[in-house]
Amino acid sequence: MYRSHVLVCGGTGCTSSGSAKIIESLQSEIKKNGLKEEVAVVQTGCHGLCALGPIVIIYPEATFYAMVKEEDIPEIVSEHLLKGRIVTRLLYKEMITEDGIKSLNETEFYKKQHRIALRNCGVINPENIDEYIGTNGYEALGKVLTEYTPDQVIQSILDSGLRGRGGGGFPTGLKWKLAKGNDADQKYVCCNADEGDPGAFMDRSVLEGDPHVVLEAMAIAGYAIGATQGYIYVRAEYPIAVERLKIAIGQAREYGLLGKNIFGSDFDFDVDIRLGAGAFVCGEETALMTSIEGNRGEPRPRPPFPAQKGLFQKPTILNNVETYANIPQIILNGPEWFASMGTEKSKGTKVFALGGKINNTGLVEIPMGTSLRTVIDEIGGGIPNGKKFKAAQTGGPSGGCIPAEHFDIPIDYDNLISIGSMMGSGGLIVMDEDNCMVDIAKFFLEFTVDESCGKCTPCRIGTKRLHEMLEKITNGQGTMEDLKKMEDLCYYIKDNALCGLGQTAPNPVLSTLRFFRDEYVAHVVDKKCPSGVCKALLSYVIDADKCKGCTLCSRVCPNSAITGKVKEAHIIDQSKCIKCGACMEKCKFGAISKK
Amino acid sequence: MGSQNKTVPFAGTKEQEAALLKVIAEHKDDKGALMPILQKAQGIYGYLPVEVQTIISNEMNVPLEKIYGIVTFYSQFSLSPKGKYNVSVCLGTACYVKGSGDIFNKLQDLLGVTDGGCTTDGKFSLESCRCIGACGLAPVLTVNEDVYGKLSVDDLEGILTKYE
Repeated sequence: MYRSHVLVCGGTGCTSSGSAKIIESLQSEIKKNGLKEEVAVVQTGCHGLCALGPIVIIYPEATFYAMVKEEDIPEIVSEHLLKGRIVTRLLYKEMITEDGIKSLNETEFYKKQHRIALRNCGVINPENIDEYIGTNGYEALGKVLTEYTPDQVIQSILDSGLRGRGGGGFPTGLKWKLAKGNDADQKYVCCNADEGDPGAFMDRSVLEGDPHVVLEAMAIAGYAIGATQGYIYVRAEYPIAVERLKIAIGQAREYGLLGKNIFGSDFDFDVDIRLGAGAFVCGEETALMTSIEGNRGEPRPRPPFPAQKGLFQKPTILNNVETYANIPQIILNGPEWFASMGTEKSKGTKVFALGGKINNTGLVEIPMGTSLRTVIDEIGGGIPNGKKFKAAQTGGPSGGCIPAEHFDIPIDYDNLISIGSMMGSGGLIVMDEDNCMVDIAKFFLEFTVDESCGKCTPCRIGTKRLHEMLEKITNGQGTMEDLKKMEDLCYYIKDNALCGLGQTAPNPVLSTLRFFRDEYVAHVVDKKCPSGVCKALLSYVIDADKCKGCTLCSRVCPNSAITGKVKEAHIIDQSKCIKCGACMEKCKFGAISKK
Repeated sequence: MGSQNKTVPFAGTKEQEAALLKVIAEHKDDKGALMPILQKAQGIYGYLPVEVQTIISNEMNVPLEKIYGIVTFYSQFSLSPKGKYNVSVCLGTACYVKGSGDIFNKLQDLLGVTDGGCTTDGKFSLESCRCIGACGLAPVLTVNEDVYGKLSVDDLEGILTKYE
């Protein structure tokens, strides 16, 4: 027994800010102080508050140290672990109150959250199956194998109201029911861990922090539909997640929780990993299966649906990582428990990856129906530097931008669609007044042009044309007619593209046109970019009152566009200016601004 | 992909070929074996030139054009070698709204190469990548395995100097 446990976050965010070194240093300091028998160091998955990484939490006190550096470790060990004195200067600031220190779960970031999918992330050591079993792991699998028929499992999932967390929101139980109904000599259970939406990283965090939950849920799904083989298709860009999955699969096989005759039943199930190779379209279900088969990851027309002919032409179900992470808890706590959370048509919780212009970047899990205001202002801690909120982007390149007027809308699948966005996999990127919405639409179209697989014409050529029109507008050459044409093309692509990528690719354009039309008009009619982003529409000017005539700007200008005598105000020749911004960067007196 | 870059002569060794043949023998009978074999082949050679594709084609009895089709489809596969230090700038949304576009442009200037290019001395290659999931540190870039976060344009020269 250890008297104290030191949890160090080993998620990608904290690893990138150096948590591996912190673990090393902790171990050597603990040894040096003779505490090796009393204190255990545990590497965990993500705690969610990535902005404050690397994170170190010491139990039993649950002291949360933020932005810990290697140099801080000797102090933490000698003060906290040896003498029992909390190192206040390293504490997460939110925890410090007038009357002392409040608990982590009382802080704004954590108190409105409800963790189901992220239940074990940051709590257990993901590389140790015993810790997972210690938190009721594999109990749900044991329960279904000994007490449930496959139909009862499916009924429980149907009753819970769980919908696919990868973005589409298709009822999970229905998917399973369809696959079970199709007889075949072989069926497959697949897990979509090809988390391609830029800015979404909840699936990675589950795989890094709690890999066994996915294996357990896939085995439950295999039992329900009658499959004996599972595949996890995971991005190669997630090396830590892949490594932990490999460890987890090895341990589960060793414990007989994967393989033949699981829990002494006649049920066999095993899981293999397949790595993606950097193609966004492979997040689409039919493309993902084509890729596992060893081909170019191009989508196939549906029908036939994967439940009929999926992977290797056999009935297949494909669910997302976060969807699976909910399954064992639904089995253990009952479908009614799950259905008691959320809104009428969206049950349970959803994990969001908060990013962009927000103070608390990181992962949050909230009950469905929570308002955007709560997520951004309370949990997310608002916008940095006193800037004004402009939009929240959800659904990645398939989603849209939600303006301030919809700040109080309860977040669920149907509400987001009604305001022209979608749940997507859960990226939530906050934008402030410095972000140009036309530029953002262009950014997403650049992404889809790049990632379009080229199989169908509406997507291959349509997205390219859309991108060209946006380019024209941000260059100040657009006309009002272009806006109309662009809108028509958007609807044409939506109606005619083969797969989800193409059908949703116009959403960023449509939603920004709907809510930020004035910005488009400003680019087209006034030839101005109100946020000062689109370079072609900017002009750099020198404020004659502030300019001291130091000549620095004229010396750094790569195109000799700035002239002026020493100690006299300088002038920028707009016809020569290439808008590189070098002058503004170098000016020591803040005399140069862009308009 | 890769076509804009100068190709260097293929210099595969006997050891590399032996390693590749071993990988092929191990996976040949797996379902959908081509992807894992290509990934491992890239691990062995660092890239997938036509010479390597030809070996795989012959051993697997799969037409070369199918292999070429797969290699050019996925952005992870490269037809040209990368630099000793591969600089990868995240252009995911969270990084982009925090200015990673400027970071990428500045690196193009500093290194004198475009996306996917490699400096003539073979030292640095530059690429843009999609979200690496370190959004809390945005904007982010990686140099081989090292991650640099919360960047500004002014940090870049200092980072590159570390690898000179």
